[in-house]
Amino acid sequence: MSAHATPRPGIPADETDAHTWTGRARQWLLKKLPPDKLLPEDQPSYVASWAYVFGMGAIASLLWIIISGIVLGLNGPQWYHVSSLGSFVNSTHLWSVELFFIFMVVHLWLKFWMAAWRGGRVLTWITGVLSFVVSIVAAFTGYLLQTNFDSQWIAFEAKDALNAVGVGAWFNVANVGQLFAWHITLLPLAVGAVVVLHVLLVRVHGVAPPLEAAESDAQLLHHRPESTQSPESTESRDAVR
Amino acid sequence: MTGWLVASLGTVGDGTYFGWDGFTIQSGNLIVIVVMIILFVLALVLPFPGGKRRK
Repeated sequence: MSAHATPRPGIPADETDAHTWTGRARQWLLKKLPPDKLLPEDQPSYVASWAYVFGMGAIASLLWIIISGIVLGLNGPQWYHVSSLGSFVNSTHLWSVELFFIFMVVHLWLKFWMAAWRGGRVLTWITGVLSFVVSIVAAFTGYLLQTNFDSQWIAFEAKDALNAVGVGAWFNVANVGQLFAWHITLLPLAVGAVVVLHVLLVRVHGVAPPLEAAESDAQLLHHRPESTQSPESTESRDAVR
Repeated sequence: MTGWLVASLGTVGDGTYFGWDGFTIQSGNLIVIVVMIILFVLALVLPFPGGKRRK
């Protein structure tokens, strides 16, 4: 058996091997996001700053939102409105949303003042904006599912606006059952998909460097996505630490 | 059946509002905004633990 005729699992194929769309897709993915970029072992030293932790804080909050949401959805409102444990899990669901938005907004502010869309990171910025917008809709449907006077007030304040823009028939805030489906299936999937895409784009382009970093910074040359140089040796990697 | 509905009603309050010259904000919203501004400033000025060692 020749070495390049049939690529073995885990072994990148040669350029000449791509004769199907799956092969071309694999090569494109491996070129855009090789495994050492997808799961890096180290980061530039400027990442050792509190300015770089809030994105991961938002992701940690999102994970707890999803876990607690699954528990709440499986047990139902009769559980989380009456039992002590249910009320507690319901409260952690709310407070993780509060933390999610707090971390996401601080992340947004820090990245805005860092002009984090530099260096071909426009799509990373846009997916961040999209995740913020979709998260607001997801949180809105959550507030409508409190099944109390507060949620009723919010729903009928929003009803006129949604009718006015012509989506009231399909996104009917007066229909708790429909809102429940939006809140536990469609919107979590949308938020999850956009956040995953955002994180993958961060991995593709690398974290945005601070404005003070010079263009000739060795760390930037190493992490520049369009850089054609081969992965640097251990010596040069140590030199930038 | 209505027990859980009644239980949930007791948790709804009017909230506390602050207002200056036509501007009104609920205390919870004000606290969240102030916390975000504090976190933003702290992220810029506080040293990161272990940061010097990594450099």
